[in-house]
Amino acid sequence: MDSVDKELLNQLQSGLPLVSHPFKALGEARERDEQWVLERIKELRRAKIIRRLGGIFDSKSLGFSSTLIALKAPPDKIDQVATIINGYPGVTHNYLREHEYNIWFTLTAPSPAELEKNLQEILRKTDVPDHLNLPTQRVFKLNVEFSL
Amino acid sequence: MLDDRDKAIIQWLQGDLPLKEAPYKEIADALAMTEEEVLGRIASFLARGYLRRIGAVLYHQEAGFKANAMGVWQVPPDQVERVGMIMSSFTEVSHCYERPTTPQWPYNLFTMIHGRDKEQCQKVAEAISHKTGIKEYRLLFSIRELKKTSMSYF
Repeated sequence: MDSVDKELLNQLQSGLPLVSHPFKALGEARERDEQWVLERIKELRRAKIIRRLGGIFDSKSLGFSSTLIALKAPPDKIDQVATIINGYPGVTHNYLREHEYNIWFTLTAPSPAELEKNLQEILRKTDVPDHLNLPTQRVFKLNVEFSL
Repeated sequence: MLDDRDKAIIQWLQGDLPLKEAPYKEIADALAMTEEEVLGRIASFLARGYLRRIGAVLYHQEAGFKANAMGVWQVPPDQVERVGMIMSSFTEVSHCYERPTTPQWPYNLFTMIHGRDKEQCQKVAEAISHKTGIKEYRLLFSIRELKKTSMSYF
C-alpha cells in the first residue's frame, strides 16, 4: 500500500460524498478520473484490505436491540458451539478470546423480545450453562475507522 | 418510520455499493425509482441518524493491526464518567462502552484496543491504567475471529 492508497482509504472510511457521481468527486480532489478511483477500490477489495464499501447504519436508531454475550464453552466443543451461534443472522461479531469466558459474540434483533428469544434458543442449543449478558449501557467511543 | 421504499434502499446499502460511475442510479434503476428519490431518502437516513455514513470498512489485520485486545476494567461507579472520557482519548481505543456487572463479572468498562502486536496492546493498556489510576483490569486477546459480518436489517 502506498501513500496514495492510504490517503484514499482514509477518505473512503470517513465517508463518500452523497452525490450522483461520488467516485468522480473523490478523483477530482487528487486530479484523477473516476475510472482510476473505481480501479483502485476494486484492487483494494481484491487485496482483502477493504471488507465492504456500503452503508454503515446505527442499529439502535433503526429501533434494533443488541447485546454482548460471553460463554464458557468447553475447549473441545468450541467449533460446535461457534457453528450454532454463527448460524444466527443477528450474530455479526464472534471471537474466541483468551479467558475462561472464551466465546464473545454480539447479538442484534428487531425488538427486545426477539433478542431474548434468540438468546435463550442459543443457550439451549449450545448447552453451555455459564454465560454473561452484557448489553451496552453507555457509549463513550465508537470509531470503526483506522487511520492509515 | 421507514416505509417499504426506504427498506428496499437499506437492503441495497447494507451490502456493497455498486462500483459504477453513478451507484445510486444503479440502485434506483433496480428499484424502479429515480436517482433523485434514492439520494433524497439516503439524505434523510443520514439526517435522522439511521445511517452514519456510506463508506469503507477495512479488514484491520491487512491494514497493519494484527492484534486486538478487549480490555475490561473494574471502575468504581462514581469514576465511570471521568475514566470513560480518558480511555476514549486514546487513538488505539476504537470502542469504549459501559456494561453491567454481575457476581461473576466485576468489569464495567470495555475498551477495544488495536495494535501491531500483543506487546503494543499491553503497553497501551498500561498507559491507560497509569493515566486513569484503574489497576484492576484484564486484556482478553482474540485467538480467532469466528464470525465478522455486517447486520442485515431488512
